[in-house]
Amino acid sequence: MRRIITATVLNRSGVLNRLTGLMTKRQFNIESITVGHSDDPSISKITIVVQVEDDRKLEQLLKQLHKQIDVLKVKDLTEMALVARELALIKVMTTPETRSEIKVIIEPFRASIIDVSLENVTIEVTGDNDKVEAIIELLRPYGIKEISRTGLTAMPRGTQKTVYNLNQFSII
Amino acid sequence: MKASWVAEEEKSKVLKMSGADMLMEALEKEGVDVLFGYPGGAVLPIYDALYKRNIKHILTRHEQGAIHAAQGFARVAGKPGVVIATSGPGATNLVTGIADAMIDSLPLVIFTGQVATSVIGTDAFQEADIVGITMPITKHNYQVRKVEELPRIIKEAFHLAQTGRPGPVLVDIPKDISTSIGSYKPSNEVDLPGYQPTTIPNLLQVKRLADAIAQAKKPVILAGAGVLFAKAEEEILALAEQHRIPVTNTLLGLGSFPSEHPLFLGMAGMHGTYAANTALHECDLLIGIGARFDDRLTGNLAHFAQKATVAHIDIDPAEIGKNVETLIPIVGCAKHTAAALLRESTTSGDTEEWVCQLAELKNSYPLWYKNEGDVLKPQRLLEIIHEETKGEAIVTTDVGQHQMWTAQYYGFSKPNRWVTSGGLGTMGFGFPAAIGAKIGKPELPVVAVTGDAGFQMTLQELSVLQEMKLPVVIVIVNNQSLGMVRQWQEIFYEERYSESLLPVQPDFVKLAAAYGIEAASVTTEEEARAKFAEALDSKGPFLLDCRVASDENVYPMIAPGKGIHQMIGVKP
Repeated sequence: MRRIITATVLNRSGVLNRLTGLMTKRQFNIESITVGHSDDPSISKITIVVQVEDDRKLEQLLKQLHKQIDVLKVKDLTEMALVARELALIKVMTTPETRSEIKVIIEPFRASIIDVSLENVTIEVTGDNDKVEAIIELLRPYGIKEISRTGLTAMPRGTQKTVYNLNQFSII
Repeated sequence: MKASWVAEEEKSKVLKMSGADMLMEALEKEGVDVLFGYPGGAVLPIYDALYKRNIKHILTRHEQGAIHAAQGFARVAGKPGVVIATSGPGATNLVTGIADAMIDSLPLVIFTGQVATSVIGTDAFQEADIVGITMPITKHNYQVRKVEELPRIIKEAFHLAQTGRPGPVLVDIPKDISTSIGSYKPSNEVDLPGYQPTTIPNLLQVKRLADAIAQAKKPVILAGAGVLFAKAEEEILALAEQHRIPVTNTLLGLGSFPSEHPLFLGMAGMHGTYAANTALHECDLLIGIGARFDDRLTGNLAHFAQKATVAHIDIDPAEIGKNVETLIPIVGCAKHTAAALLRESTTSGDTEEWVCQLAELKNSYPLWYKNEGDVLKPQRLLEIIHEETKGEAIVTTDVGQHQMWTAQYYGFSKPNRWVTSGGLGTMGFGFPAAIGAKIGKPELPVVAVTGDAGFQMTLQELSVLQEMKLPVVIVIVNNQSLGMVRQWQEIFYEERYSESLLPVQPDFVKLAAAYGIEAASVTTEEEARAKFAEALDSKGPFLLDCRVASDENVYPMIAPGKGIHQMIGVKP
């Protein structure tokens, strides 16, 4: 199953290495990982999208992450109401005929063209995974030259439904 | 006006000193009186600072010897072992010991030199990324970037190494940090917001366990090394006696429960006793305390404690539920938890039938071997060592057959006398560990039980032994082979002894003589007893080369992949 986990960490050198290293050591498959500092520059937020087999593996992952000295907080957001976004830059081949067509295609995605040359355009799109996948599929017939994706970053929503799923609560 | 005057005075109190001196100040402040190490280019400033100090330094002949000695020290002395090594090869030579300490949760603080900050990352002479290398095998590690950080980092390193679940902490110090001058502000408090080990257990869970104990008919306590770290032996004993619960040990937990106690079942696991393993297989309540359900203990998990409610007490939450599904998880220190449990659990279950059943098994299927012929049997040798030391000695081992025979036949009754490489299974561990153990507890006799192969991995430390005239008895259980490898090849590989026989070996007696150490070679039970007694009385080091039966196997045994109830080699 796919889980979205955030870790609040001290912004010290090597901290990302510690987390990815322990995940490699314990055979967890990282789908994407994003890092950036929070409002306090000494504290960073890491968002990890990871595939785990079952609840026990998940609990083990959360505990192992938490065990790291530089990790302040670990949260599994998957079951929560959350906002999750990633950004993708897509470079698409264009001809004078297709250029306006592409503009129409990307409009409903609220994506924008951020670079134009004679043979191609670069499109910036922000959204959840499905949205980014959808726009990529639509643009594919035109010839995609290059894609660069940031991976997911996420946050729980301000309002949460009351949850009675006790599995979420680790014993830490 | 007054405030500024006070501040001025405070300022004048701030001492200026080099990083190396700060390290020495901080070590003295931590109460460190012995270091294990080996000098080299990047630690020259540190060794120069040490020259002026009154801290004992044990110069081993290899960095691996230093770290294993520090491990032996940490295991018996109850404080962290401290190691110094230089950059590059000095640091990488420590890696085996660091991994060993990590998996066996031994408190170590390791200082490595590093090339100067200006050349880090340029593949400079004797540069190795030791922080990167040891990241997965340390509890935490640091590289010092500013000299002023040193006191704080050292304070944190000692705190991390010995609190919570203990472990090795490495501090990498670039050479220019050691030489540069900074203001020394002693660090008195640690500020580690991401590290707050839970020592006091959740009372709700303790009550659940108390209820489970009240209902259990077939409970068993599995006590691991966590009991020893927490010094909870008395509480566990009281708990077992109050509720009449049989107790078994993990390999590293030996000594946490008196071996001669009627409720003691012996060690459990791959070479555990039939009674202990049957108890783990049949129990209806398994109380794991400070043990991590390692695969060598559990055997095939599909057959491990399947009928039991599992309660797991551990200070490391990540150990709970890792291998065995746990119904009653208790995060806390073994001592606090056992004490809370003693207060909460007033009702005992009816365990008499179970206790009798296990006592019967213990009686009918004890550990056994055939003591016949003139050849010295290794098991008998360990019994002799037990008898001659009255079970009071500190005993260290490597890994393999001699380790299992020691665990089975030495009979530990007191805590912190058993020093072995459990999780990592490191050959060459036992002998240097014995040196550290003797330094940590000089008042106790120390016996290093090693194999003939393992001893050859770290025997250069004979120099240290002779230099310090340490009365350590080295017992080589000499079967002229890699015994455990040979045993597995015999049983599982149709006797194809691929690269496991070592008929060519040094004359260990002459070897010891070359180092100026007294030695003897023995081949019979009588010789072994006489010479061991002589060795024990000796004022200095003594090496005993014991020629034992070379085809002896360790039994009983759970074959790999088999369940804990499928033991082979149980006494017929």
